[in-house]
Order: sequence, then structure tokens, then C-alpha cells
Amino acid sequence: MTTEATADHDEHGEHGGDPEHPHADHPKWLQHHWDTPAQQFDAAKLGMWAFLGQELLFFSGLFVAYAIYRTWFGEAFAAGSHELNRTMGAANTCVLLFSSLTAALGVRSSQLGKKNETTIWIVLTIGCAFAFLVVKYFEYQAKFHHGLLPGTFFGTPRDMLTFEPLVGAHSPAAELPNHTNVFFSLYFIMTGLHALHVIIGIGIWIWILKRNLRGDFSKRYFTPVDITALYWHLVDLVWIYLFPMMYLIDYVPPGHRG
Amino acid sequence: MIHLDLLSGLTPPPAAFDLPPAIAVESSQVDWLYNMIYYVSIFFTVVITALMLYWVRKYRRQKTDKRMETPHYPRLEIAWTVIPCFFVVFLFHAGFKVFMTQAIAAQDALEIRVRGQKWFWSFKYPNGREENSHLYLPVNKQVKFLLSSSDVIHAFFVPGARAKKDCVPGMYTTLVFTPNVLGETPVYCAEYCGAPLGYPEPALEGAPHGGHSAMMAMIHVVPQDEFDKFIKEGPKRPEGLTDAEWGKQLYRQNACITCHSVDGAKGTGPTWKGMFGKPVELNAALSGGVGNVTADEEYVHESILKPQAKVVMGFNPVMPPYTLSDKQIDAIIAYMKTLE
Amino acid sequence: MAAITTDQHGHGGHGDPNVDYLHVSKGIWSWIYTLDHKRIGILYLVSVITFFIVAGLAALLVRIELFTPGRTIVDPDTYNRLFTLHGVVMVFLFIIPAIPASLGNFVLPMMLGAKDVAFPRLNLLSYYIYLLGSCFAIYSLISGAVDTGWTFYTPYSTTTNGAVIAMVLGAFIAGFSSILTGVNFITTIHKLRAPGLTWSRLPLFLWAIYATSILQVLATPVLAITLLLLMLERTFGIGIFDPHKGGDPVLFQHFFWFYSHPAVYIMILPGMGIINELISTFSHRKIMGYRAVFISSLALALFSFLVWAHHMFTSGMSEYANMVFSALTFLVAIPSGVKVFNWTGTLYKASIWAASPMLYALAFLFQFCIGGLTGLFLGMLATDIHLHDTYFVVAHFHYVMVGSTVFAFWGGLHYWWPKITGKMYDEGTAKKVFWIVFVGYNGVFLPQFVLGSRGMPRRYYDYLPQFEFLHKVSTMFSWVLAVGLFWMLFMFIQSLRNGKKAPRNPWNSAGYEWGTPTPPPLENFTSPPTFTRGPYDYHLATDAEIAED
Repeated sequence: MTTEATADHDEHGEHGGDPEHPHADHPKWLQHHWDTPAQQFDAAKLGMWAFLGQELLFFSGLFVAYAIYRTWFGEAFAAGSHELNRTMGAANTCVLLFSSLTAALGVRSSQLGKKNETTIWIVLTIGCAFAFLVVKYFEYQAKFHHGLLPGTFFGTPRDMLTFEPLVGAHSPAAELPNHTNVFFSLYFIMTGLHALHVIIGIGIWIWILKRNLRGDFSKRYFTPVDITALYWHLVDLVWIYLFPMMYLIDYVPPGHRG
Repeated sequence: MIHLDLLSGLTPPPAAFDLPPAIAVESSQVDWLYNMIYYVSIFFTVVITALMLYWVRKYRRQKTDKRMETPHYPRLEIAWTVIPCFFVVFLFHAGFKVFMTQAIAAQDALEIRVRGQKWFWSFKYPNGREENSHLYLPVNKQVKFLLSSSDVIHAFFVPGARAKKDCVPGMYTTLVFTPNVLGETPVYCAEYCGAPLGYPEPALEGAPHGGHSAMMAMIHVVPQDEFDKFIKEGPKRPEGLTDAEWGKQLYRQNACITCHSVDGAKGTGPTWKGMFGKPVELNAALSGGVGNVTADEEYVHESILKPQAKVVMGFNPVMPPYTLSDKQIDAIIAYMKTLE
Repeated sequence: MAAITTDQHGHGGHGDPNVDYLHVSKGIWSWIYTLDHKRIGILYLVSVITFFIVAGLAALLVRIELFTPGRTIVDPDTYNRLFTLHGVVMVFLFIIPAIPASLGNFVLPMMLGAKDVAFPRLNLLSYYIYLLGSCFAIYSLISGAVDTGWTFYTPYSTTTNGAVIAMVLGAFIAGFSSILTGVNFITTIHKLRAPGLTWSRLPLFLWAIYATSILQVLATPVLAITLLLLMLERTFGIGIFDPHKGGDPVLFQHFFWFYSHPAVYIMILPGMGIINELISTFSHRKIMGYRAVFISSLALALFSFLVWAHHMFTSGMSEYANMVFSALTFLVAIPSGVKVFNWTGTLYKASIWAASPMLYALAFLFQFCIGGLTGLFLGMLATDIHLHDTYFVVAHFHYVMVGSTVFAFWGGLHYWWPKITGKMYDEGTAKKVFWIVFVGYNGVFLPQFVLGSRGMPRRYYDYLPQFEFLHKVSTMFSWVLAVGLFWMLFMFIQSLRNGKKAPRNPWNSAGYEWGTPTPPPLENFTSPPTFTRGPYDYHLATDAEIAED
């Protein structure tokens, strides 16, 4: 093993360089253990893809549980699905798809060094995310008011904010087939976990927005925008699966209903 | 333990020093496989270790340390990859074949229902008789066990038959074996199921303590005619015990001890101390309008077979019915009489 | 990205090769905020050793209780909490992070010729996430502890009392540490190899870490969702695993083992990786069948995902499922066998120095044979039915987890101790300690195979008199093992206090990490290296490289 230094490594002159200004020759966003910006960017992307792999596995456990229980309790799942609001679900699907578009456009404008355009795209993405959560709020509220809740809480209509039972409210739970509570348990866990990831995504986008306004990004360095958008696309992708799995069981479009 | 190898058709091999005495037809097949893997394992471990020790000594580093490239032995490497493949396929097949004999029962197998619950075993025979902690089986008859649990997962483990199956709440599992040796063999619980607080006595006399480890039962493999008599009449009082002593055993075996104390302490159910022969205040609404009764033989008899008929004031109607024989109930009554 | 704070670079400047990493900056904050993978490795090392001692003490208490039938020192309920504590802390807070996050963190960049891992800040974050997880576990211990066993089977775990949620939350959080370390190491190995370090020259320890990291990233999230569902079931009665609500308790087992089987390969693969380094260095030879060995590491990682239900042969699964999983389990035996043959073959006509690290490697070979071969009994359906949930299984997994993985950890600790601390430990003491540990360890677990075959179930507080003798033997040897381990700890502390200064390359190794000063400077190499030979090419290495100084 030889230990000769090669020419490449002097690019940012950290060997025996000026101790007062150790990073004089390379920009502050290039970490000291990387040789080139391209290397750092590639590494960030690889790391993010690996992380997304594990996020997928995280949700996959729930998909497996869903598959098993749907096979066993098909009727209950169909009945539970009918209780969901398809219009709101479809609206949320469009909102998220659109937000993926704005995120991708944000990455593009950041790649081109267009700070103001990037700001607009990020703001739109955050806006869509909030819209998603608002629609979700109303959806959940309807479930609470009808007592379509997970586990032991199934069957008692409740107020969403105080969790107190609602007097005089009627729950369709009694008319639903046996084991519909399992459907709603899975519904709340899966959409809830997904919504949590949306909230985390909003937090990260706000931070990216702040950094963009501060001027941290440029043609040479837009990595954080890129990998945040990658995360956001996964969040969108998970919803693309959740929507038909939850809302469209036994769905017959109008005009085909016999 | 009485060991009589009857007309089983297959002589069990002498158990390896570390296997329990075999009591079922399937045991010897399992033991054969166990011993085979055992000898193969010893062989490989000894060979690898011996080579290792020998070469470490023979090729210890000299002052003239000639650093050589490691040679390649492609044919050897292929051999030691491919040959084990064949060996493991054989192992899988052999194990699978024997496994299936424990999985499939003949149409006319004797069906026994087993229920595990913290921390004792319950057995139900085809004629409806139910016993706790002791299981009687006729020799040379295939048994199909239907297993379940009332609370958490337990596991029905009969080392003598090399048989084990989990008892899962909410579903039935099955286990099959054919006992072919007369005598007694233990049943252990092999899925951790917790322990009570304190240090109470186990349900089966002579069993260890501690909940999961206390959850033992005893299988008695008996001749067919004795078995038929048993399930018709129920168990006999064990030799050398008085009725009251047997009653005390039954009190534990059937887990009455879980809810009914004998020292006056309040439990899920009324204490037996000083109860027999005295008046009992009932919860009339739950007892068909009856408000009072004397705790006599008839009352005890009814309360064991149909506990929901009369519920004592201040207690919940949670006692499950027990199918004990008249002799057993008499023994329990005899025990109660000693608890002043 | 924001620049690294200058604190970390200290007085010598971040490129100064004359100051080693331990002295480049001083004070507690330079450790708390460190981004140096070597210091992070040491932080992990101190933590995992602490948890090993905690869980080890619990094990000693368990064995003391088992010294006699009946009550020896504790009640059944306390006993159950002790063995659960032992399992949970050993698995989640010791053995999973131990080799990758402590030794791996330290050595990985050096073996690549890199200055640090790909994501130094993520590395530090991983450590603090691990500490946070351990805080929840400790909180659980002091607020009633848990009596479910480390496997948390439902419905027992959803209905029992105790601080189950805190403990499960601790494991859940610690899992994220594992995942992020995996992400970091995968990226580092892909992106930070020095010029000349092709994949076919990658040290086998790094191949092992690479395979382990893939498992950490892909398997741990399944544990996360399983534990999350368990917590939701306990708090909200969701009903996924509750038969009264239409749920299935066996589903929990499938979810749990889908992670926990790959988890045991997360444990053993790095151990096997260390053995490669030890055998190679102390035989002055490249490992025989280098390619077969790294392919088998990757194969083990892949196969480990396919065999989870061999932990569930008696659970009530269909015969078809049992058949499939038994067949796949036997497949897993092949790569393990290949490795053992290659390690043994490496010794043939080699040049062997049985120094203390090598003793641990040789013990590994012996003990891994036993652990691996006893796996055959358990992979075979017919015999597993008898042996499942008995002491046979306990002995099997202690042979692969402790007799193999932890012995590899101790071997690696001895081996890299000079590199980490710049000091030597006393070799004479180390050899005596090894023999005490070896005898003690085998004395504890060899009798347990017999106990299990004879029908002694596991997790038992009490037992019938026929099992007493072997339990007594096992317990007495546990005291021997404890003495050995405490002496080992003492030996290392003595080394820190007045150990001899270590030469650059005390083991005459050709490994890349021994080409740097001992202890290394902050950025590992005096100047960035280019590799012109493999790490085990002893026939190409110059005498100067192999020499001690």
C-alpha cells in the first residue's frame, strides 16, 4: 500500500493549509472529507435512496397486515370502504400528485439557480401539503362523529377534539358486518402514519424554504432541495397506494351500477 | 414408572444419553434423526477443531517468515459447496417425512381436546368428561389432540413423544401421536405465559413452582379397558390417600385454588374456610330468586357442575362449570369439611 | 451544508498529521459534539460495554436463581423480569450496535483510505438516538420492568402489567440508530473508497459490514412497525393481534421474526468479518477463497430474509408453511459452511502467530461449528418439534451470539485496541483471561444442550429435580466466565493507565488501517492514500509496511 498523495486532493488544500482559514479554497458547503462536489452530491442521493428503502419497508408491514385481513374479512373491508368519503380521498390524491409536481419543478429551478422561482414552488408544495391535512381533518372528524374508530372505540360516536362521546348521535357501526373494526383500525394506523410523514415533510420543506431565502443554494449546490423532493415523492407514492386500497374497494363507477 | 413395551411393532431404540424415555411410536423416528445429526455434528466439529489445532501448531510463525500467496483449490471449494447441498436436501426430506406423521391423523384417531390456561391444563374426552392436570390415554391408539387456549399462548409439550404444539387463543391447533408404552409421562408448557405474584403452589402435585414452569400435567398411558372404564367413571382416589386428602389434591389440580382460598382470604370466589354446613347469602337476582341456602352436599355438587345457578352475594358470576365425577366431588366435599 | 465548527479541529488544524485524534481537541464538549468517527466509535464502545455489564449481571442473577430448584433468591415474577431484561438489553442495546457501531465506526474509514464516514453528523445523531432509546429502556426498568421475554409475544405482551410501552419504545427508537448507521455505512463504502481500492480489494470486514448495513436498513423498519403496532394495541386496543377483536396473535410472530431473523445475521456477519481480519493477520495469509467468502456474506444477508418462520414451526402454521421454511433454512447452512471451510483452509501452510486476538478467532471457529451445526437440529422439522422452546435453543443461540459474535467482538477489541488507544495491554494476562473466559463460557452452555434434549423448557423459573445437576454445573461456570470478563475489563483499564506505548503495527499486519500512525491523526492518514495492492496481499507487502514501526 502506497500512501502517495495524488493531484486531486490538493484541490482544496487542506494538507498543511493555513490553520486560520482551513477552507479557503473550497466552499463552505463542501464537507472536508469529500474530494469533489459531485462526490458529495452522489453520496447524499445514495444515502437518501437507502433511507427511502427503509421507509418503504416500514409501510410494507402495514400493507401485509392489510392484505391478510382483507382476505379474511372481505365483506367487512368492502363495507368499511363504502363508509369513506371518496370525493375527499380523490381530492387529496390530486393535491398530493400536484404537490409532487411542484416539488420536482422546485428542484429544477434550484438546479438552474433561480432562487425566487424555487421559493414559489416550495411555497406551493407546502400549501398543497396543508390542504391535504385540512381535508384529512374533515375526513377524520366525520369518522369520529360516526363512531367509526379503531379497536375498542369502534361504535361510539365521539367528538374529535375532546374525545367525549356524543349524546344522541347514531353510529352505523351496528349495521356493519362483523370485523369492520379491523378495517378502521388499519385505516387509521395507515393514514395516520402517512399524515405524520406529511407533517414531517412540511417541517423539512419550511426549513428548506428558509435556507433558500437565505441564499444557501446555487447551481453548484442544491442537494438538500433534491433529496427533500425525493422524500416527498415517496410520501406521495405511499398515498397513491393507500387511496385505492382504502377508498376504492368494491367501487363501481356511476353508470355501471346495475 | 412402569415400562412395558407391548405389541407396538416398532422397538424404540435406546435413547441417546440426552433424550428422555420414548413413549410414542413417532419418538423413535425422531430419535433416529436426532442421533444422526448428532454424530455428523460431532464428526465435523472434531475434524475442523483438530485440523485447526494441528495446523496452528505445525505452521507456527518462524523467524524466516515466508509470506506466500494463498493457493487456490477450485475443485475442493466446489466440492465443499455442492456436497453439503445434497446433504441438507436429504436432511430436509428426512425431517419433513417424520414431521408429517405427527401432523396427520387417521379417521378413527381418538380425539382429545386440550385447553391451556394460566397455569394448568384441561382435558376433554370424546364422551364429554373433563379432567384437569391428569390425562389418561389408551396404549397403542393414535391420538389427535385439538389444542386451544383461554388466555395467552401456551404450548403443549410431551417430551416422551417428541411432540409439541402451541395453544393459541382464538384458534385450534392439532397434534398427533401414538403412545405405545404404558406408564406416566409429563406434559410441560413450552410457551412462556408469565407467573403469578408471590409463590403459590402448582396445580399438579410435585410440579415445580412459578406459573409457566408450574404448568405441568401428567399423562397416564393405560390399557384400553382401563381407559374405557376411566372415561365412564372418572378417576379413582389415588392409593394411600383419604378422601379429604384427595379432595385437597383436586382443589389444586382443578385450579380451584386460583379463586377460592382456604385460609379466609377474600378472592375472586368465596373462601372455603368455615363455609361447609353454614348458611350462605346469595345474590337473589342472579340465583333465580333464592336468597339464602345452606352450604350442604347438594349445594356444593350443584355449584361445581352448574356454578351460575346460585351466585353468592358480593361476588361476580365468573366461575366456569367443571365436569367432575361424583367421586371427585365427594372428595372435595370431604376436604371442605376439614376447613373449619 | 454549513461548515464544520472549528472546535473539532483544535489547535493543530484539521490536517495536521502530527497530532493524534485523541489529543487534537480536549474537554468534554469536544467529545459530546464530536464529528470524528473514531470518537463516535469510542462513545458507542463505552455505552455498549456498560449495557453488556448490566445485562450480564441480570444473567448472573438468573443463573443463581436456577442453582437450586424452588425459590433460590427471587420470586417467579422478578425472575421473569430479570430474564426479559437480559434479553432486551443484550439484543437491542449491546449486540446489534456493538461491532458495527463501535469497532466498525472506528475502522471503516481507515480501511477505505477515507477521512471519515459519508455523513459524520448523521453518525453522531445515530449515537444520540441510541442513547435516547436506552433512556426509555432504563426508565422501563426502574418503573416496574417487563416480564414478556425479549420476543414480546401477543397476547401476553398486550395484557400483562409492567412498563412494556417504555421498553418497546426504547427498542423502537434504538432501531432508528441502527437504520441510520446502515445508511451511512452503505454510502461510505460506495462513495469513499480511495483510489486503487476496487471492490475486489475490499477488506472482508467491510464486505461483512456492507451486508450487515443492507440488513439494518431493510429489516429494522419492519421491527419498527411491529413495535408500533404493539404499542398501539396496548394503549388503544386496536385489535390487530387480539383474537377477541378479529385479530391474529400469530401475525405478531410473523412480523416480529421477519425482522428478528435478519437481526441475528446483523449480529453474526460483522463477527465473521472480524474473524477474517484476525485469521488473515495472524496467519500472514490472504483468506482462502476471498471471493467465496464475500459472496457468502451477501448470500447470508439475502437468505436471512427468507427463513423467519423457522422460529414458528409449532405456532400452528400450516404444514406447507413449515415445509417451505424448513427447506429454506437448510439453504442458509451452505454459505456458513463455506466460510468455516475457508477459514480452516487458510491455516494450511500458513505462518501462524497465536497472539491473544487470534485465540479468540480460533475459539470462534470451534464454537461456531457447534452453534451452526446445532442449527441443523432446529432447521429440521421433526427434531425442532421436540427441541423448540427448550434449553437446546438457548444453548444454540448463545453459541452463535456469544460463542461466535461476542468472542469475535472481544477478539476485535484486543486486535484494534492499540490502534484505538495507542497503548498495548499485557499479553500474558490476555492469554490467561482468554482461557478462563473460554472454559467458563463453554461450561455454561454446553450442558444446556443436554438439558434441552432431555425436555427442560426455557424461561422456566423452577424445574424438576432431575434437571438440577446440569443447572448447577451451568451456574458455577457462569461465575468462572464472570471472573474472566471482569479481569478482562481490569486488564484494559490497566492498559489505559500504564500500558506500554503501542508501535504503529504491533501485529505485523498488511491491513490498510495499520498503514496509518497509531493512534491515527484526525483525518486518519498523513496524506490521502492510493492502494496498489489488496489488504491481505502479504506476498506483495514490503517489509517496511509489515514491520512494527
